[in-house]
Amino acid sequence: MPRYRATVTITLRPAILDVQGKTVEQALHALGFTTVEHVRIGKHITFELEAADRSIATEQCNAMSNQLLANPIIEDYRVTIEDVEP
Amino acid sequence: MKVGIVVFPGSNCDRDAFYAVQQITGREPCFLWHKETELPPALDCIILPGGFSYGDYLRSGAIARFSPIMGEVVRFAERGGFVIGICNGFQILTEAQLLPGALLRNAQQRFVCRHVHIRVDNADTPFTTAYQHGQVLRIPIAHGEGRYYALPDVLADLEANGHIVFRYCAPDGTITDESNPNGSVANIAGIINRRGNVLGLMPHPERACDPILGSVDGQGVFKSLLHYFANVGV
Repeated sequence: MPRYRATVTITLRPAILDVQGKTVEQALHALGFTTVEHVRIGKHITFELEAADRSIATEQCNAMSNQLLANPIIEDYRVTIEDVEP
Repeated sequence: MKVGIVVFPGSNCDRDAFYAVQQITGREPCFLWHKETELPPALDCIILPGGFSYGDYLRSGAIARFSPIMGEVVRFAERGGFVIGICNGFQILTEAQLLPGALLRNAQQRFVCRHVHIRVDNADTPFTTAYQHGQVLRIPIAHGEGRYYALPDVLADLEANGHIVFRYCAPDGTITDESNPNGSVANIAGIINRRGNVLGLMPHPERACDPILGSVDGQGVFKSLLHYFANVGV
């Protein structure tokens, strides 16, 4: 079965105050990067998996994200899949 | 009345909960190791204690929710068994969807460890009958991720049905932004599910049960339970 490298990026939903992002934004302003706005901090999870094809790999990553990697009440996620060269 | 206290790797209030149940109710509780897949017979209430289960990895409570024992806890709650989640236990209950909403990083981005005032907004639950409606309690909190959040329709539902059991308040009971230690929506400190058998709260009643700890305002939660089970004859 082909192997894929998956990346799941998780961020707080736009309506939710991201206090880490806010704090980093203030620190960037203090360093003189005064035009910075809308800093959001998320999680970046990578792993490899085997699947019959790309769409099944994507489907599995979506299921993992919904069940465990992200909490859909507060977070959005994005999955990207790349081929792993044998 | 038989109370079981779940011990996850990283739980650190399990012994406090054990002591509180023992002292206040006079009934001997038991510990339930997270790897167990069966509950002891004739259990009436399960406490998910505070702590940092699985190091709070990924999200607080996200991994503990899949501990072997949690399947049993969910089935126990579905049968009407009583479940109390305190602090990390509350986070686990929301992750397990036994309670609605989620708990986010405190709005001021700091871990908060101090006594706060909370108001009893529903004294008609099996966990709160020892209190008066509107009574103000002084109870410690100790958390970094206690900002309760729920979607507007869920929040409206909680409000309309009296499912908000405790709210952060000023010493005189008024609900103010200044008395909200973590930015929780509507100053929510604790909620109950629709069926009325699952309670989650961020403050630690088990740490406010002995005069030596500076407050005994948490005793009411355990007294209420004892009163409930005395009346149903268990």
